[in-house]
Amino acid sequence: MATNSLATTVRGFFLVELVRGFAMTLRYMFRPRATINYPFEKGPISPRFRGEHALRRYANGEERCIACKLCEAVCPAQAITIEAEPREDGSRRTTRYDIDMTKCIYCGLCQEACPVDAIVEGPNFEFAVETREELYYDKAKLLANGDRWEAALAHNLAADAPYR
Amino acid sequence: MPKLKIDNVEIEVEAGTSILQAAEQLGVEVPRFCYHERMSVPANCRMCLVELKGSPKPVASCAMPCGDNMEVFTDSDLTRKARKGVMEMLLINHPLDCPICDQGGECDLQDQALGYGFDRGRFAENKRAVQDKYMGPLIKTIMTRCIHCTRCIRFCDEIAGVSALGAMGRSEHMEIGTYIEAAIGSELSGNLADVCPVGALTHKPYAYTARPWELRKTDSIDVMDAVGSNIRVDARGAEVMRVLPRLNEDVNEEWLADKSRWAVDGLTKRRLDRPFARKDGKLQPVSWSDAVALAGAKLKQAGAKSAAIVGDLVDAESILALKDLMTGLGSSKLECRQSGEKFDPSQRAGWLFNPTIAGLEQADVVLIVGSNPRWEAPLIDARLRKRERALGLKVAVIGPKPNLTYPVEHLGTGADVLQAIADGTHPFAQVLKSAQRPVLLLGSGATERDDGLAVHALARRAAEANGVVKDGWNGFAFLHRAAARVGALELGFAQRDGDLETLYRGCESGEIELVYLLGADEIDTSRLGRAFVIYQGHHGDVGAHRADLILAGAAWTEKHGTYVNTEGRAQLARQASFPPGEAREDWKILRAVSEPAGATLPYDTLGAVRKRLSLQAACFANVDRVTPASWASFGRDGAVAATPFVLPIDNYYMTDPVSRASPTMAACVREILEGDTEEAKKKTGTHG
Repeated sequence: MATNSLATTVRGFFLVELVRGFAMTLRYMFRPRATINYPFEKGPISPRFRGEHALRRYANGEERCIACKLCEAVCPAQAITIEAEPREDGSRRTTRYDIDMTKCIYCGLCQEACPVDAIVEGPNFEFAVETREELYYDKAKLLANGDRWEAALAHNLAADAPYR
Repeated sequence: MPKLKIDNVEIEVEAGTSILQAAEQLGVEVPRFCYHERMSVPANCRMCLVELKGSPKPVASCAMPCGDNMEVFTDSDLTRKARKGVMEMLLINHPLDCPICDQGGECDLQDQALGYGFDRGRFAENKRAVQDKYMGPLIKTIMTRCIHCTRCIRFCDEIAGVSALGAMGRSEHMEIGTYIEAAIGSELSGNLADVCPVGALTHKPYAYTARPWELRKTDSIDVMDAVGSNIRVDARGAEVMRVLPRLNEDVNEEWLADKSRWAVDGLTKRRLDRPFARKDGKLQPVSWSDAVALAGAKLKQAGAKSAAIVGDLVDAESILALKDLMTGLGSSKLECRQSGEKFDPSQRAGWLFNPTIAGLEQADVVLIVGSNPRWEAPLIDARLRKRERALGLKVAVIGPKPNLTYPVEHLGTGADVLQAIADGTHPFAQVLKSAQRPVLLLGSGATERDDGLAVHALARRAAEANGVVKDGWNGFAFLHRAAARVGALELGFAQRDGDLETLYRGCESGEIELVYLLGADEIDTSRLGRAFVIYQGHHGDVGAHRADLILAGAAWTEKHGTYVNTEGRAQLARQASFPPGEAREDWKILRAVSEPAGATLPYDTLGAVRKRLSLQAACFANVDRVTPASWASFGRDGAVAATPFVLPIDNYYMTDPVSRASPTMAACVREILEGDTEEAKKKTGTHG
């Protein structure tokens, strides 16, 4: 007991811990940086990254979604709401495609279920907003996302295709 | 009685039973597409192949009768290999477009492909493509999906009784089609989509709108005719998406009439969703408390000078509440025969379908008087057709000759023919007398004439004189058209010594100061005189137009209700969705109105209403079963005019406020009755 208290006292007196800490700091000062300057620099992400949703179109501009409702059925958070009816030309299309992004758990099952690669989770993760209402995505918003991100989405799907 | 072994389990079956049926008795499921238990057996899909010991090849179990000492294997390697081969052949030309197919999720081919399909195709050539056909406003066709099971052809030929469909071409070139492009002229055409095992025939009004897994399914009862078909209401959110038949061998088997199936889209149109009161000659929205207070005050003021008329779609609970309210006010001017029927309400046997619907299968001679069963009760017509096809049935008609689905003998149009049969001077009297189980089917429309009461008595005499009613058999069949009618009659909601005409005259003379219309829309509102009219119902139709006060009620899918069909079978309809807006359940509205009216009803819960209901008439305590009526004298003998009977329905698709509001029924009128098939010529972007 006596030796223990003596050693503690000596270590405390010579500030051993402090010196060790400074030494570590000093060592890391000469190593490469681990952090990035976030808004201006971004880390690499996988083609499988599951970020913000988008509804894609075919190259001719026709929307891909055929209102099969498999994503709605598979969604574990029940975040997707779809309504459909025959479009004027008789084809099957949605009249409403809503995703409640506050419910979504980004599991990616919707894009797994989609038979036509219409609903996808893209690489975008920077869609923070100030109100909840802005996170209730409708069909127009999702299609706009698809148009904006199409190049990246197509690239990611192609990159991931060999592993499917 | 052959004895055989199926999967090493011994079973003894009736001679003539197929192996598939025997397997079913054992609870062994054999996959099938073309076999349907209510139709003939073509054995052309080959999916039901089983291994039979001693047979070099697998046999089609649906068409192979059981024999003594057979040994059948339904799950052997040979069987599985055979079925996999059949499945691969079927899928060669099937488009595999399940994601856009409305059958997806409830498709026999999808389910069985899971068990017997291969996960990739070996067929690298082009698939067959077939032009879609036009089959009317209820059936959507995508003929490329067809697997040629011919169930639809057999349904039309055998059950609906219209030879509308056929197969043209052979093998790969075979196509199902209507020979000439036309809508299918059957009231049972909606069942085609039900019998189709794939998505070749689907429901047009339901196209692309919902998936089976997202629908809330509620068992209910149909109210579009007096058959009381058992239905399943599929709703999503507040909206009823579709109605499907439920199996009930005693009532509708597994079929459903088109109006019952698709008039439901009228439930979202022209609804009364809040109370209205007439102010300055215009109907204006009012609050429930004001409406109830006004109704109560007016009822209190009118007292015994008030009358009540019950419509076609009303549940027994509401009728009971209205009756108790009227009785409390001292009025006995209650009428449910709103189409002007003048039959005698005093004896149950006089207004019930006594032989029962299932009992028609024992009938051997049927005399139809003043009725078109095909339009008044399509499923009763289907029963007659079934009996006619199975063992032959002699059918004769008095009245305008309807276009029925079996051969009929036309005896004449007027009541004088019925008189001759009752007197025994007509040759058909002998036919009835010599029959084992004759049926006299009297349409409710035949009593909608000035001498209706005498026609009713005459029909009774004709039945009694010709052995239609005898020991162990009551063949007097009164065919109603409205789902609410028998329930109201059971509750005594009809005047013993009067009819609708009496009420009209009372209104015109000022003897009746207030008329309470409970969903009554088939009446002549111009004859209600200066009476204060309260309309309680769910659709803005004839009654609501004349009303001075509208109380918004619930339609049959929106409340728990009891309906008694034309046989006297009480059945429970369950709530599938909620009434729109501020509308409320009908018996609750009546309970609320009864308080300010000074005749408070003694019940506050549905259970209490039902309890009182079961005390009022025996049939309400005997739910789902027929409560038979004992034979008694009814009607009043009198002179019967020889004028021809008039059929009461001139437009099958629009007979009540719901079907009149339905866009699908309007399309049926346009395309089936008027033959305007412009829709057919309008090709869409997805056509071949």
